[in-house]
Amino acid sequence: MTNDRRLLRQTSFDLTTKVLRISWLYVLLLCALAAVGYTALYSAAGGSPEPFAARHVIRFATGLVIMVGVALVDIRFIARLAWPAYVVALGLLAAVLEIGHVGKGAQRWLDLGGLQLQPSELMKIALVLALAAWFHRASWERIGNPLFLIPPVIAVLLPVGLILKEPNLGTALITALVGAAVFFAAGVRWWKFLLVALPVPFAAKFAYEHLHDYQRARIDTFLNPESDPLGAGYNIIQSQIALGSGGMWGKGFLQGTQGHLDFLPEKQTDFIFTMIGEEFGLVGALAVMGLLCLIVLGGMLIALRCRHQFGRLVALGIAFNFFMYVFVNIAMVMGAIPVGGVPLPLVSHGGSAMITVMLGFGILMSVHVHRDVEFGEMPDRR
Amino acid sequence: MRRETRHAGVFTRRALLLMGGQVAVLGALAAKLYQVQVVEGARYTTMANENRISARMIAPPRGRILDRFGVPLAANRVNWRALLIAEQTNDVQATLDNFARIVPLADHERARLDREVHRHRRFIPVMVREFLTWDDMAAIEVNAPDLPGILVDVGTSRIYPFGEQFAHIIGYVAPPSEADVAEDPLLALPGIRIGRAGIESTQDQVLRGRAGAVQLEVNAVGRVIRELDRQEGLQGDEVGLAIDSGLQQAVLNRLAEESASAVVLDCRNGEVLAMVSNPSFDPSLFNSGVSQAQWVEWTKDRRTPLINKATAGLYAPGSTFKMAVALAGLESHAITPTERFSCPGHLDIGDTRFHCWRVGGHGSLDLRGGLKNSCDVYFYEVARRTGIDRIAAMANRLGMGTQLAIDLPEARNGLIPTREWRMGHGHAWNIGDTIVSGIGQGYIQVTPLQLATYAARLASGRALEPHLTRRIGNSLQPGARPETWPSLGLSERSLHIMREGMWAVVNEPGGTAPLARLPNGVQMAGKTGSAQVRRVSRELREHGHFNSAKLPWEYRPHALFVAFAPYDAPRYALAVVVEHGNAGAAAAAPVARDLMMSTLSRDPAGRNEPPGGPVAGGSILGATASSGTASSGALAGGTVADGPTAGGAVAGGAVGGAVSGRSVFGGPAAGGPAPGRTLTAQDAVPARPVP
Repeated sequence: MTNDRRLLRQTSFDLTTKVLRISWLYVLLLCALAAVGYTALYSAAGGSPEPFAARHVIRFATGLVIMVGVALVDIRFIARLAWPAYVVALGLLAAVLEIGHVGKGAQRWLDLGGLQLQPSELMKIALVLALAAWFHRASWERIGNPLFLIPPVIAVLLPVGLILKEPNLGTALITALVGAAVFFAAGVRWWKFLLVALPVPFAAKFAYEHLHDYQRARIDTFLNPESDPLGAGYNIIQSQIALGSGGMWGKGFLQGTQGHLDFLPEKQTDFIFTMIGEEFGLVGALAVMGLLCLIVLGGMLIALRCRHQFGRLVALGIAFNFFMYVFVNIAMVMGAIPVGGVPLPLVSHGGSAMITVMLGFGILMSVHVHRDVEFGEMPDRR
Repeated sequence: MRRETRHAGVFTRRALLLMGGQVAVLGALAAKLYQVQVVEGARYTTMANENRISARMIAPPRGRILDRFGVPLAANRVNWRALLIAEQTNDVQATLDNFARIVPLADHERARLDREVHRHRRFIPVMVREFLTWDDMAAIEVNAPDLPGILVDVGTSRIYPFGEQFAHIIGYVAPPSEADVAEDPLLALPGIRIGRAGIESTQDQVLRGRAGAVQLEVNAVGRVIRELDRQEGLQGDEVGLAIDSGLQQAVLNRLAEESASAVVLDCRNGEVLAMVSNPSFDPSLFNSGVSQAQWVEWTKDRRTPLINKATAGLYAPGSTFKMAVALAGLESHAITPTERFSCPGHLDIGDTRFHCWRVGGHGSLDLRGGLKNSCDVYFYEVARRTGIDRIAAMANRLGMGTQLAIDLPEARNGLIPTREWRMGHGHAWNIGDTIVSGIGQGYIQVTPLQLATYAARLASGRALEPHLTRRIGNSLQPGARPETWPSLGLSERSLHIMREGMWAVVNEPGGTAPLARLPNGVQMAGKTGSAQVRRVSRELREHGHFNSAKLPWEYRPHALFVAFAPYDAPRYALAVVVEHGNAGAAAAAPVARDLMMSTLSRDPAGRNEPPGGPVAGGSILGATASSGTASSGALAGGTVADGPTAGGAVAGGAVGGAVSGRSVFGGPAAGGPAPGRTLTAQDAVPARPVP
């Protein structure tokens, strides 16, 4: 047993060791993704770094600094901040309902002196941290106890409810699913998921009847985009036309007609992936998807290599959150799920999402840097 | 420690499960992407191209219309236009202010511009001013830096170099109506014009040409990004008319201020060499829009400038009709050329007395004498013997009261009454109706073009149709060759008697039209006619105070003349109608003489022959005779049918008011028998080598 390397735990590292333990390969992957974003935004501006691509670089650089900075913060310190962060994020979510700005139907943000902050983005990270902290100290038997699951379920439902009230159905669903992923990884029994999943169809029907008109329109146009080709279905149809006309090899860099002639709406934000698909074809789109997949799986590997439950759950939650972004965005531009205003992280134009995502990757990297630290169970509060 | 291992085990299993799920989901998305981009790629490519490529047609230049010698009668002129693109200037008003300093803009133009600039998207050009002069253009170019957003553009517009001289023949063009566009979407092109009258209308398809196409790349809001492909349109074919523009002008000059019409035909093939309806209008005004004042002036003018009186003016032919009556009598053997009738100055049928124009009568006359003196009583008798239906059939055969194949829209058919037609109107045919028909009065109405055709058919013996179009593109139309036209099937002997009578009218002492004699030695054959527009009351006539020259203008009779020349080798036929000219011999015959002189001296049909071809009347002098010698001595053709009262039982009341352009009866006359289709040796025209 003493030969087991996993048992050779350290309590702390010096700064140089920490920097060396950062997975620079993973950082390289993120830089590659940001470069894809730069290229696509350069094209989206009609072949110019202004106004999107140049700012994208600055934001990514800022994000990178934040990420590395956070990566060096001891994961145990972050764990102590988990619940306070959750409470702050919840407060921001409540505040945004009162004083937030509304744009494009539902996305609410707070204006923090020029920086637009979407509390729901922050909330997802805080929720992952809080749930990981909750399950970190839980034994297998305890997780089996339904009563033990009540507080974390409430911790999920509170923000989901607030986000639904914004109302932002897409983000609410992603938040719920990210929470569920952490529950699942923590070892909550299979049948409990089934128990929750079973009434979902009925709940969905009930929810559909109580949705806002624009939300219902999204679902309707998803089911039949051609029903309203100039209205709600326009975005989906034009996005599909752009992707489809790209073909196998694409129309070439800066040659995308759908994007450059403004048929493609919001090409620099939600539909950036479509730009890539149109100009670089299936080959380019699959390459970007491969890169995204590597980043997701890399995050999951970091979770698997971590030697403490908190780190595992946090890494998994953040990787899963990233995966959900990717899935929802790409499925949306292909018309596979209703349009939901979810950007493609590190590629789409937009400041708040970039900073939040890089903050998440910072925490992920902190897990990696501190994967071997001595981090037992949290003191039992009972 | 054991708990930690257990945690790790459960976590690893479930994390791997999630990873598998994630890979599977992304794989599914990749498969969907493959379907969209590769499987359905072609369909989406088409849709993308439909999105971005906007195919637009370019209006082709309209074909020109030329006279027989290639003089352009309708052409296109470059139309320089100044356009404003609002988005290319920061201050639309400042640009327009600067523009107005170069080319003054009226207040209503500024108001229209403001409206249009606000109504359209900012990148759509708005027309500031059309038909810029070269100087304006130069000034705009020089001041271009002060005129941001102003763009100079070139289009074409239709011009008529001769203005109103050819208005009734050429017609005019106007922007297509919505109904036209529904028929042919091509007409929706900006700048395209459609023929609305005249040759512009009948040859519209030929003149229109084929539209070009330009493929433009447009963005989502329709702004043109660039031009991908351009195919220039094909200009419409040139239409060459038989008209001689020089002769047309000579005819116009001769008619001067009269409300009159004249048609000159090549009597071998029916080509219209000149067709004048005086006064006329300026057709180019229709291109840009006719002002209210101008419209009122045209429609209030009793000389009806807008109506082509040559094809749509209806007149009683009067004594010019007598050859048709005589031919009907001869061909049906109701009369013989030598049979003599006595004219005591009147003919009594029942209790109605029909007067001859010469008080006291002509005495005993044969057919030649009847024609020469235009004796009414002689033709009352011929008509009585022949019967209206034979007369009508002959008139139709000679081109009157029937539809001619003239290539002009809205040519009227006139009317030759028959028993059947009268029955159709619920009346029995009276013998009096036949009697007045014998002198071309009563219900009979013909157009000047029909009269000219009548003269040409008498001269040639061929069933030729008058036509304007001689050439389309480079191909001569078949009608230009005389042998295209079949014989009328009338006996050469009968026709010869008609021609001889007409020769005597002009050239023999005692003929009714001495004023029509040509001063150059060429012999013209002709016939006078006067058509009453108002009944003459018995009182006026019996008191001897009747003098139609003293009537108000609009009540005076129309003066008519039909003629052909040279007599021995007919080449040109003409008809002249001077509205309210009073008497054919005095008002129309001198005009006919001068027109024939002009025609012979210009000799348009002869000049068009290839070198070496024979030219009729080669010795014709260039000078036209002065018309100042007209004497008022010969008062011919003033035929009067003296009826009891309006609606009387007998024919007297049948003199219909025939004013140009307004017909009492809209219906076509009963059709005569088809002209004979066989070519016989009786061909009136001496054989002439035809290239």
